Amino acid sequence: MFFLSQNSRWCFDLLALFFLGVIALVSLPSFLFSAGYLRAQFSRGRSLLATGLTVFFVLSMAAVVASANLIFFLFAWEFMSLVSYFLVVFEHEHEASVKAGMIYLVMTHVGTAFLLAAFLLMHAQAGTWDFEGIRAAAPAFTPALKNILFGLFLVGFGMKAGIVPLHIWLPYAHPQAPAPVSSIMSGAMIKVAIYGLLRFIAGMLGVPPVWWGNVILVAAGISCLVGVIYALMEHDIKKLLAYHSVENIGIILLGIGAGMVFWSWGWGVLAAAAFAAGLYHTVNHAVFKGLLFLCSGSIQVATGTRDIEKLGGLIKRMPQTAASFLVGAMAISALPPLSGFVSEWLIFQVFFVGLRDASSGGKLFFAGMMACLALTSALAAACFVKAFGVAFLAMPRGRAAAEAREASLSMRSAMIFLAALTVALGLGAGLVWKMFCAVAASFLEPPASAWSGLLSGSWDLIRFPGTDACLRTPMIMLALGAGIAAVYLFVRLTARKRVMTAGRTWDCGYYRLDHRTEYTATAFSKPFRIAFSFFLLPYRKTEKIRDSFYHVKEFTYETATTPIFKRYLYDPMVRGLFKLAQYVKGFQMGSIHWYLAYIFVTILILVVIFGRP
Amino acid sequence: MKASLLLLQAGIAVLGAPLVSGFIRKVKNALRMRQGASLGQPYYNIAKYMAKEEVVSEATSWIFRWTPSIVLGSTVAALMFVPVFSFSLSAPGMGDVLTLFFLFSLGRFFLALAGLDTGSAFGGMGSSREMFIASFVEPVAILSVAVVAGHSASPQGGLMACSMGMSFSGMVAAAALFMVVLAETSRIPVDNQETHLELTMIHEAMLLEYSGPSLAMLETAAHTKQLIWFSLLGAILWPWPVGSSAALSDIAAAAAFFVLKIVLCAVIVGLTEVSLAKMRLFRVADFLGLAFLFSVLALVISGLGY
Repeated sequence: MFFLSQNSRWCFDLLALFFLGVIALVSLPSFLFSAGYLRAQFSRGRSLLATGLTVFFVLSMAAVVASANLIFFLFAWEFMSLVSYFLVVFEHEHEASVKAGMIYLVMTHVGTAFLLAAFLLMHAQAGTWDFEGIRAAAPAFTPALKNILFGLFLVGFGMKAGIVPLHIWLPYAHPQAPAPVSSIMSGAMIKVAIYGLLRFIAGMLGVPPVWWGNVILVAAGISCLVGVIYALMEHDIKKLLAYHSVENIGIILLGIGAGMVFWSWGWGVLAAAAFAAGLYHTVNHAVFKGLLFLCSGSIQVATGTRDIEKLGGLIKRMPQTAASFLVGAMAISALPPLSGFVSEWLIFQVFFVGLRDASSGGKLFFAGMMACLALTSALAAACFVKAFGVAFLAMPRGRAAAEAREASLSMRSAMIFLAALTVALGLGAGLVWKMFCAVAASFLEPPASAWSGLLSGSWDLIRFPGTDACLRTPMIMLALGAGIAAVYLFVRLTARKRVMTAGRTWDCGYYRLDHRTEYTATAFSKPFRIAFSFFLLPYRKTEKIRDSFYHVKEFTYETATTPIFKRYLYDPMVRGLFKLAQYVKGFQMGSIHWYLAYIFVTILILVVIFGRP
Repeated sequence: MKASLLLLQAGIAVLGAPLVSGFIRKVKNALRMRQGASLGQPYYNIAKYMAKEEVVSEATSWIFRWTPSIVLGSTVAALMFVPVFSFSLSAPGMGDVLTLFFLFSLGRFFLALAGLDTGSAFGGMGSSREMFIASFVEPVAILSVAVVAGHSASPQGGLMACSMGMSFSGMVAAAALFMVVLAETSRIPVDNQETHLELTMIHEAMLLEYSGPSLAMLETAAHTKQLIWFSLLGAILWPWPVGSSAALSDIAAAAAFFVLKIVLCAVIVGLTEVSLAKMRLFRVADFLGLAFLFSVLALVISGLGY
């Protein structure tokens, strides 16, 4: 282990501190939550094991972010992947966990292999494992080498971040872990991959060629849309949230990709602002996605299910969980004045400046990206209307939901803390923005004169460079609050008979409506399933069992969508792999004599090639 | 001074908004050779609802009860971000047109939740369709405003809800925005305000369980939202007077011109409604896809410098 002690160098620059902060913001409430969650779900011994593993998981993420040496980075990275694997298969009695763990393990190691290749290439060129040394040597790398490194990093880190089409493990693995761990995985671990992209591509390789930014933007746009469309089709609350992680990683990368494009065009200030917008969304997503996963854990403890089609009416049984989930849902749908709105507003500004100032092709490209982000945020809002509406509103769809009980104190306080943080990141946007601009400036080094104007202004103001647009979230909150209060008071005072009578929902005069007549999540998402059928390839299976020609005794209906990435990309790959293995099996006949012969032949060949004086 | 003028403007806009709906109805009836209800009918409706008691379903939660206040409140707040009477009376350094769009999203989000909250299949259907259409509306709306803002604003201009002069690209973008307005104000060919048929209704389906003052609030919000969209359309297509001062005479002149623009908008919307049939829900995606093409076309034209 001597090289570990030799290579354990730490680096606590602003970028590392920023991501350490993100990890801490998600992990600490998750630990608080897990106190109540694990007690409700597992025996004492297993709870202890889960807590221990989670501690190691969080520490390994911190080590990844704080390391300043390739070898040490790789060790911490691998440790992080393995510990999180154990957490994914923590409920190993379920078949689904084991399968999810397998997919995760394979994918993450393929990713690590790409990183390893990149690191070895860098070491071979720079002659050192230290970040500082590589950073100093990087300007001398040939463009071809830089391009290869970019590709390796994009795949290696993209695998962990869940960029489409490398996202396939994410909706399997994140939901299988215990809820506080899902929260850390979605809130923090995939952000570590974003850290890797920033550290190695933006922080080491210097000013990028423009196509790097374009590639990131296209991948990000596809991730956004694919993530949110799959999320709309999903009724398992944790899987739905996991697909939203794919979407939000896309939004983060939209900011970062635009930053790279601007950087290569020499728009220093705007590039830094675009990176800062991406960082802003990174924090926001960490907080609200952490929050939403914790809420899903609370639902799971209360009802024993993750299928929203079996829930309903939880807002009355679990008011605090519902309110926290609502805050998270509003933030992820970019509704003002919460955090998600601010970061998406910033990324829209980035694209607007691109659209306004780029030359012809660039204009169209940025317009496309802008439309992509707008579509994504509207679809996300639809998805969370579905998730919140079906799970929390109206009548319960089963006994589990009807008898749900509010979460324990530790779980509630964790959720409320993160919900408050979501609000604070929205209302305190001016302060937070200036902080993140400083982080972005620390590795981009924009021209100071133009930059300082950006950081000025009062605490509540966001000023975006290159436009005269500004945003004051506290003022928006004030306008909103004043509007709602004025309207409420006006009606309260003027309505002659503000009598509220409790009645039944209108049943068209037939019979008392019950949970079977409620609108389901499947029905809610049907228009989207049809509109995106070219991509989702939905199919249905109906089965009729007849007594006679006139009377159908039983009717079953099943609808699902085709997972095209699995079917047309990964399944053929796996089949190819197995086929290859079949050929290799020819050499492996199980006889020790043959194996000895192989060894002998190998040695002979080696001696012939290398053994000559 | 400016703050009080802003509040006054918001008050007048909310009070005047139902009149626009009444006028559109009048136009439609005139085109159909009918007498029709009087101009003030939307006001009578609201007054009637205000005087009635309210029946609230047992299945609902606080979301259902608070939604009318949130929807109308956010619409009133949205009035701060669009130039209504005068350009000097908008966006006092608080945000831009995106804030306006996302405030609409806020109202829509809660309205859709309220539709699901009743447990009625009608409400759920309305919510689902509303969110479906909204997701195609949003890209077109944002892109067309961005094209106009990027074309005509000063080099440092932001995403503001007005242009700085008439241009060809602005007109094409306004065509795209007009299609958005039809969708957002529940007009034919996207939705139909005149019917309560479960196969077709979208906006009305979400409101089906509301009664009394709550319904009055939601109707007022719908009227106000319509006025905001018309103002936005007017500010983008035909901005005048640009950059006027906050002097009272200028504001009065601008207000008179504004009324003219709204009347024009209302007549065009009425004509469109009478001469088209409602589309099937899934054709709406194509309709808004066409609007998206228009906004891209506007961008291309603006790139050519027109």
